[in-house]
Amino acid sequence: MKIFATYNIKGGVGKTSSAVNLSHLAARDGLRVLLWDLDPQAAASYVFRIRPRVKGGGKALIKGSREIDDAIKGTDFEQLDLLPADFTYRNLDLMLDATKNPMRRLARLLDPLAAEYDVIFLDCPPGISLLSESVLHAAGIVLVPLIPTTLSVRTLDQLTEFIAGFDGHRPDVLAFFSMLDRRKRLHMEIAQRLPAERPDVAKTVIPALSLIERMAVERAPVTAFAPHSRAAQCYAALWDEMRARFL
Amino acid sequence: MVQAFSYEFVLTGRDDDQPADDGALDALAPRFSLVPGGRPRTVRRTWLDTFDWRLHRAGLTLEHTTGAGPGELTLTGPDGERLVARPGRLTWPALAGSLPDGPLRARLRPLIGVRALMPAARGGSAVRDLRVLNADDKTVAWLTLDRLSVTYPATADLSSRLTVTAVRGYQPQAERVAQVLGGTPGVEPQAPPPLDAALAAAGRRAGDYTSQVNVCLTPAMPAGTAVTAVLLDLLSTLEANVPGTIRDVDTEFLHDLRVSVRRTRSVLKLVGHVLPAEFAQKFRPEFKWLGDLTTPTRDLDVYLLKYPDMAAGLVAATPEELDPLHAHLIRSHAAERRRLVRGLRSARFTRLIREWRAALESLQATTQGPAAARGPDAADLAAASIRRAHRRVLQQGSAITASSPPERLHDLRKRCKELRYLLESFASLHDPATHRRAVKELKGLQDCLGEFQDGQVQQHEIRMFAEQMMSDRNVPATALLAMGELAAGVGLQQVQARSQFAGRFREFASLATQQRFRTLTAGAAS
Repeated sequence: MKIFATYNIKGGVGKTSSAVNLSHLAARDGLRVLLWDLDPQAAASYVFRIRPRVKGGGKALIKGSREIDDAIKGTDFEQLDLLPADFTYRNLDLMLDATKNPMRRLARLLDPLAAEYDVIFLDCPPGISLLSESVLHAAGIVLVPLIPTTLSVRTLDQLTEFIAGFDGHRPDVLAFFSMLDRRKRLHMEIAQRLPAERPDVAKTVIPALSLIERMAVERAPVTAFAPHSRAAQCYAALWDEMRARFL
Repeated sequence: MVQAFSYEFVLTGRDDDQPADDGALDALAPRFSLVPGGRPRTVRRTWLDTFDWRLHRAGLTLEHTTGAGPGELTLTGPDGERLVARPGRLTWPALAGSLPDGPLRARLRPLIGVRALMPAARGGSAVRDLRVLNADDKTVAWLTLDRLSVTYPATADLSSRLTVTAVRGYQPQAERVAQVLGGTPGVEPQAPPPLDAALAAAGRRAGDYTSQVNVCLTPAMPAGTAVTAVLLDLLSTLEANVPGTIRDVDTEFLHDLRVSVRRTRSVLKLVGHVLPAEFAQKFRPEFKWLGDLTTPTRDLDVYLLKYPDMAAGLVAATPEELDPLHAHLIRSHAAERRRLVRGLRSARFTRLIREWRAALESLQATTQGPAAARGPDAADLAAASIRRAHRRVLQQGSAITASSPPERLHDLRKRCKELRYLLESFASLHDPATHRRAVKELKGLQDCLGEFQDGQVQQHEIRMFAEQMMSDRNVPATALLAMGELAAGVGLQQVQARSQFAGRFREFASLATQQRFRTLTAGAAS
């Protein structure tokens, strides 16, 4: 079982769009996929038309008093399930803090799912917190969507350094440029230069396309409602790159 | 493992002219939002099992579906067991080795052994999927409407089936759909499995073949009637195995055919005296001919089945050095099979089967008349014949010492087989538990004798193969050396079996076992 986490300290960089489309593509490839919407904003749950509610809230899941299995919902797509968001996830930090080994807690919760899923995507809320640390410890690969700006690249460096300081398991990091605006010279320049210079930056770039924003209107992955669109093709290319590297 | 919740219904239709499918969907329409779940599709379906229904007996169903996409093999069992494999091109019948490597093959291989999987039923389904949506337009359940037309073993259109499958986490919603359907006229819950319905269309049922003697005798039945019933059942088993033997579907067809011939010969020899005298005179030589016809191919079948283990067991020689023997076995097998098939297609075989059936059926008619009731009854015949056969085994076995020649053990083996066939023929007259114990105890002795005799035959045959190979073509010395090692290994096994004989026979001749046989024969006579 491979665990991918879409993570960035910044919000609005395309974490959820990536998690939703990549998990849909993985399932379409015949893999058994679970997407855990860890963000209390519940955008991924909304796209899949699943109510953002978990019985007993995040506390029950983190404490283990409720089986993670029972909270999982099937999406409208074959082989793709979702563990929905819940508003109580805003307190996941506190809940994790109350456990014995907060850093390893998520990994331990996900272990029993190995027989059932080939791939798990963790869609993380922005910020740096105990939850994000626990996610980074649980993930095998951290996917970092970046807006092609100099400051974003600095954020990637900070994250890489942070992970390098982990004891034991250190996830692989794969950053990719997201929300690329072709009209901006700086965007184009960084998006062309960095993948050539850094192996932890994917060659595929996801442009800023209005169709990706329409996901919230269509309430479906763009790879499902517009499978031949440029947006879907970009996500497919990113998935191909990830598959070649990690699967 | 998360279980998929599904509910199956058969759409039998109402009394009015409305199609059954429409009636069911109309009942759901006012309460649920239904939308098409993709294009209607056509699926070819083949249900598979071994000829002797090993999967059915294990509670399993294996289905091969092919449609627009790649074909799929699905194995389902009790408690939600479900294994899926996507084979490439597969044609049936097929042995376990032809299935794609993976959990499904690993599950099937020990169950089916050397038997081939073959179509038990075939058909085609016109399938329509519908989605049941909630207020958010989220799919909460799938409806699958399946119109199945069977093409084998008979042609028939079966009633449509409607399956409600809950999307994970939405079981209560699916349950509500199932409840509405359950209360709809013309919608019947508890649909029989499609395979059962397909077989029923041909007047058949799963598990309708067994290589065991399958008759229901009663103690007071005239002996002639009982023996005729047993022989007719053996004839049906023999006939059932002819097509599979000719097509070489798997080696068990010939094995079962041979066993039915041997049982027939034993019944004629041991209890044939209750039939008209001309029966044995006319048919015994013919069944001996049939038995002899099948022997060489069966012997070579056994060799080829054991070959991988034999080759892997070599110590001094390498398995590759034995390749010329394998090639020789394959050539000989092909030649012997041609001879066997010619025999099974010959006028002599056809006449034997036709006349044997006609004779048995006419006898069946006469032995049910009042005249037959004057003779011994089935229980008396069973008791007397089993007692006699048991006594012979004990006498011949007791006379065997460490210095007895192999022929004495071979003779004893034949007596044991006769006793076994009598026990099996008259099984329906006996207490099942006592019968099972007696057969188990006898089998322990038979296995030891079988191993000894097989060793004797195999050593002789290895020499014979070596001579044939040397006279046929240039055979490498390494192959002969490897065959020498093989013969030595077989010889060692034979010596082991011989050393175990005294102990096995002592167990069989124990007072407890003798008492069991007395109970069996006394029970039959009562």
